Amino acid sequence: MLSQLRTIWTILKHTFSRNETVQYPEEMPYLAPRYRGRIILTRDPDGEERCVACNLCAVACPVDCIALQKTETDGGRWYPEFFRINFSRCIMCGMCEEACPTYAIQLTPDFELCEYDRPNMVYEKEHLLIDGPGKYPDYSFWHVAGKAITGKDKGTAENEKPPVQVRSLLP
Amino acid sequence: MTTINIDGSDYEVAAGENLLKAALSHHQDLPYFCWHPSLGSVGACRQCAVVQYQNPEDTRGRLVMACMTPVVDGMRVSVKAPNAVGFRAGVIEWLMENHPHDCPVCEEGGECHLQDMTVMTGHTSRRYRGQKRTFENQYLGPFLNHEMNRCITCYRCVRYYRDYAGGTDLQALGSRDRMYFGRFEDGVLDNIFAGNLVEVCPTGVFTDKPFSRTYTRKWDLQSAPSVCQGCSAGCNIFASERYGKLKRVHNRYHKDINGYFLCDRGRFGSSFVNSDLRLRQAGVRIEADLFQQVSIEAATQHLRDLADSGDVVGIGSPRASLEDNFALMSLVGEANFSCGMNDVEAAMMDQIFDLYAKTPDAVATITALERADVTLVFGDDPMNAAPRVALAIRQAARNVHFDMAVQAGVPTWQDAGVRGHAQHALSPLYIATPLPTGLDDVARQTSHAAPADLAVLGLQIADQIASPPSDDAEGFVANIARDLLAAQHPTCVCGTASAEPAVMQAFAAIITALIKAGRKPQMLCTSAEVNSFGVRRFAGLSLQGALDRMQQGSNAMVLQNDLYRREIPAMVSAALAGAGRVLVLDSFETATANAADIVLPVTTYAEHTGTVVNCEGRAQRAYQVFEAEGQDIQPAWRWLSDFEHIDDVLHACAALPAFEGLEAVSPEAGYRTATNSRVPRATHRFSGRTAATAHVSVHEPKTSVDTDTPFSFSMEGENTGQAGALIPYVWSPGWNSNQSLFKFQQEVGGSLTGGEPGVRLGFAPSKSSADGSASSRTKPATGEVNLIPHPQTFGSDELSSLVGAIVERCAPPTLWLNPDDARALGLSSRDGATWPDAKTTYLVQLSDQVTPGNALASVGVGTGQSVLPRDAVTLIKDSAFTPPPDLIARG
Amino acid sequence: MQSEFIMILPVLLGAMLGAAALVWWERRLLAFWQDRLGPNRLGPFGSLQIIADVVKLLTKDDWVPPFADRVVFTLAPLAIVAGMLMGFAVVPYGPGLHIIDLNVGLLFFLAMTSLAVYGVLLSGLASNNKYALLGGLRSAAQMVTYEVFMGLSLMGIVIQTGSFNLNDIVQAQEDMWFVVPQIVGFVIFLIAGIAETHRLPFDLPEAEHELTAGFHTEYSGMKFGLIMVGEYLAVILTSAIIVTLFFGGWLGPDFLPPIVWFSLKTAFFICFFILLRAALPRPRYDQLMSLGWKILLPLTLLNILITGAVLLAMEG
Repeated sequence: MLSQLRTIWTILKHTFSRNETVQYPEEMPYLAPRYRGRIILTRDPDGEERCVACNLCAVACPVDCIALQKTETDGGRWYPEFFRINFSRCIMCGMCEEACPTYAIQLTPDFELCEYDRPNMVYEKEHLLIDGPGKYPDYSFWHVAGKAITGKDKGTAENEKPPVQVRSLLP
Repeated sequence: MTTINIDGSDYEVAAGENLLKAALSHHQDLPYFCWHPSLGSVGACRQCAVVQYQNPEDTRGRLVMACMTPVVDGMRVSVKAPNAVGFRAGVIEWLMENHPHDCPVCEEGGECHLQDMTVMTGHTSRRYRGQKRTFENQYLGPFLNHEMNRCITCYRCVRYYRDYAGGTDLQALGSRDRMYFGRFEDGVLDNIFAGNLVEVCPTGVFTDKPFSRTYTRKWDLQSAPSVCQGCSAGCNIFASERYGKLKRVHNRYHKDINGYFLCDRGRFGSSFVNSDLRLRQAGVRIEADLFQQVSIEAATQHLRDLADSGDVVGIGSPRASLEDNFALMSLVGEANFSCGMNDVEAAMMDQIFDLYAKTPDAVATITALERADVTLVFGDDPMNAAPRVALAIRQAARNVHFDMAVQAGVPTWQDAGVRGHAQHALSPLYIATPLPTGLDDVARQTSHAAPADLAVLGLQIADQIASPPSDDAEGFVANIARDLLAAQHPTCVCGTASAEPAVMQAFAAIITALIKAGRKPQMLCTSAEVNSFGVRRFAGLSLQGALDRMQQGSNAMVLQNDLYRREIPAMVSAALAGAGRVLVLDSFETATANAADIVLPVTTYAEHTGTVVNCEGRAQRAYQVFEAEGQDIQPAWRWLSDFEHIDDVLHACAALPAFEGLEAVSPEAGYRTATNSRVPRATHRFSGRTAATAHVSVHEPKTSVDTDTPFSFSMEGENTGQAGALIPYVWSPGWNSNQSLFKFQQEVGGSLTGGEPGVRLGFAPSKSSADGSASSRTKPATGEVNLIPHPQTFGSDELSSLVGAIVERCAPPTLWLNPDDARALGLSSRDGATWPDAKTTYLVQLSDQVTPGNALASVGVGTGQSVLPRDAVTLIKDSAFTPPPDLIARG
Repeated sequence: MQSEFIMILPVLLGAMLGAAALVWWERRLLAFWQDRLGPNRLGPFGSLQIIADVVKLLTKDDWVPPFADRVVFTLAPLAIVAGMLMGFAVVPYGPGLHIIDLNVGLLFFLAMTSLAVYGVLLSGLASNNKYALLGGLRSAAQMVTYEVFMGLSLMGIVIQTGSFNLNDIVQAQEDMWFVVPQIVGFVIFLIAGIAETHRLPFDLPEAEHELTAGFHTEYSGMKFGLIMVGEYLAVILTSAIIVTLFFGGWLGPDFLPPIVWFSLKTAFFICFFILLRAALPRPRYDQLMSLGWKILLPLTLLNILITGAVLLAMEG
């Protein structure tokens, strides 16, 4: 009984405490760079597409809202022929970003994704791809990977020896 | 049986086996790399370390390599002992020192044995900070990518390629940590079984090039158990689809047919499903060169009108399923139905049926050929006709190794020991074919002659078997006869590719003679197409008879058959021109379809469920993988009949005496697993379901319910514990790669847990009285040659020739001539030659193995038309011909 | 008599407007106590929220489930509202400001609030839905339980005043509000009033954790709106009666007119009702029933006994 009264008193005191509400459309909240909002595809420091179409984001996605198809440039770079995110299914969980081995897919603090027509929520690669590197300005997957592409021969990636001379007779 | 104790539990294992195989047979998770069930043990990778204890008191034990340790009764080992676990983790860490940061851009990623083993041993981060070793890659042809950086030096590739498949142009080069697995220089890998490197390599050094172009991870593929459509071997395959395209084909283990390996034609040629020449709409000809698209209903009405016209012939096809052929036969009536093979081939098939029916016990399975101690390859080259059969024959040549090993007390799985002891010893393999074959390198003796001469040779062999030669008699015939008579499993292989019934007659004589001599021979006859052994069971018209009736004005329905590939083109054109209305049901735009009045699009093997019969008489089901794109496409049996389900067609077909027992071919649509679920076509990790079609409609379509098979078009269901015929892909927890197969086997290299797929049908003697006497070939006059068809591994098969990678691998149309004849004709090597109604110019190649007076012409390659045996053809030199660059180094 | 009929319209209007305002006011108050803002978008301080709500309710599909008893289903919400509105007839809003000066006013009030129970019960039954039925049953049991001592708890006042007439009761408090001598009666009446109006924390007939929405699970559109209006009317009516019976009704110092005093006091209790909703958790159903029968009923009887005894002693 006493605890009931104390509860009533405690609640009553809240009449005079500040409210927490942020007046959203007039007053934009601060969102950290790591906030999980609209998904983008970024480019590496050389300005090339970072996505290598490895499909890890798609398989990590718990609502299966990412679909893509791998293709390849003449120079050997893998990239997605199409890359589609169905934002009407996306739950902004960020698993795709965590799964991405190249920092290509990133979530941004933009969460205002409302549309009147659901088809407008389906984003293709041209809607997703931005011109910058996003949160990771320096990383370039192809400079770490062992696969050779145009402009990066075998043995010229980070921490690599020059290619082995198979015909060498030296011990 | 032997009892061993692994980590405190007793297991019954086969005596004399190695410990690794024994442990895997009991589905233990023991990492390994260099060992392969078909390649034996060499102990190269040190990954399968376990601790073996001396006796019950021993607590320390010692590390041994499981693959190199024979099982002994009462032995006690531990897979989980800390020092074994630690050792294996150490090995992985060394292997990963130089492994590139490639997984996202590696075709093996997600189904990589190295990934699996790394995870299994618990290695997560590279402690070594030194630089990574790198290699330059090589161009290896249209089938394979090479990425040497990823190599872990397990030697599986060269052991498979050189020791198992008999290739010569892939080797282990260099020394110490510079080991390089490749060719001396860039170039196409010559061996036609090179594609298996994709599955043999435990990591991503050799990957599937056509698949890589439109790559999809294994977890995203929708797969079903299927049967290769490349030849009559009927190899089991996993066919996999994504976004409406057939993406790739992997080997599906079948104990009696393909074991662990496929040929390149099957592996890379099966994607003809994606051809640009696919027909997707029904059409009716309104003008000479113009078809008008019609609805399914209108098209069906056309078909009904034709069927009711009273005068219609139906031409079936050896590349269509039993159900499709049966539906056509039922519609037009048995008397109006032709199986669609040309008369020579049909006659040879009848001879095979007669022979099989007479000696049913002698019909071998393909893997049984591997156990032969004496083999005779007779009549045609299995490397071209049914390549997987040739690979089995190659293994037979090694059988003497195992005999010697057993005598020397070396376990047969001790690969290096067996080979080292046997050196170059080979079991007797005799080859009698028109031209040198890819097996000649392991043959004891060969004889190459024109088919008619081979027939004579065969009869001589039969005679010698009947009256055995003296021990000191020399010569090809005497050697064969003596060895066959002395053999435990005398084995003879023939085929229809020679297009010479006399060859088959002679082959039958050899088998009969062996049986009369009290031997128990094995035999196998191959043919060119997937369902030759099925469709020939339908009696009816000959193709010639059907074409004659067409020429006289009958209507015709042609099922998945390009007649120009069967008969002399002029004859086919005349028949098509003379016929009333011609209706063609096909998946592709063929020359025949282009000449038709009505064209109906039908599904391919990947888009419907169908039954085919292979050269051992085994009926097998190829299950639908995905739903065909295009609203008007449907299976031919749906066009042609009112059956509701494929099982109904099968039952109706099984009611025919020739198909007794066919119902048992595989579980029916109502089959469910132990937990009452379907078998899923998609993996449980299948991704992108809510985005894949979102660009068309954001409303995800309802998953189709498959009423024809026990499979689901989704990830729902259970891919474990089902019948052996219903395995859509292999996967097991911790084993993402194809190595997870052992979890589906009763024992490694043995039967599938759910039983072997397919059912072997009996054979009945053919009704026709085939005339098998040697055709009366006259020696042609000067300036003329007898033309003999010579099928090729790549390019002669109709369906695989629709695939770009296969076309790239095709040799140009080639004519093989004896140098003497060539001189007389004024032709020299790499000239161009043609004859009056040939469709193209052939590249001349000279070989003294060609019997004078004969010319062998490659079939199909570059022309898409039949080459039939013809006497006295005048060859014309094409002076404008420039020989194509010789891209493929041929052995 | 004439003037009394004139009162009908303002009372009806006032009650309905009050209920409407409460829709907004309750949400605002709850929000404040939860450190939020509540509806603040429409009109000054969001006070026009009710218009949006009504427009929404009116434009909603007014759906009657095919399995429901159509007539009863439609009439039940009306019964709730009608019962409550009738209760307002006997409330004295000021000196002479009343619709009817019934000499059994108190009994009339009790009778009318009891009528509302039928609305709840019938809506639960007519919905033909297991949650609604359970809600209706709970409602009936709860009402029967609390009805008993709700009436009995007022007997102390009746004994003291010697009248059922609400005007007389107000007049009798000129010297001292009845809350002082009848403090026990007041507490019991308060609790019973909450239970009677099935307001939180005693909203077991519509306990959403267990019963979806209890008796009004199947209601939508304006029928649902009527049920809500009924509930707010009950809050206002109960507050008004508490003020009338225990806090001197319209009596108050002269610097404000009596009607204002009455309104202020009533508003205070309305806010108190809302505070209870914001603060207290819902008891278990069996706790509610045993509280009623085992504690409150004996207390009530004791209260009557003592009141009677004291009065007898004082007279004697």
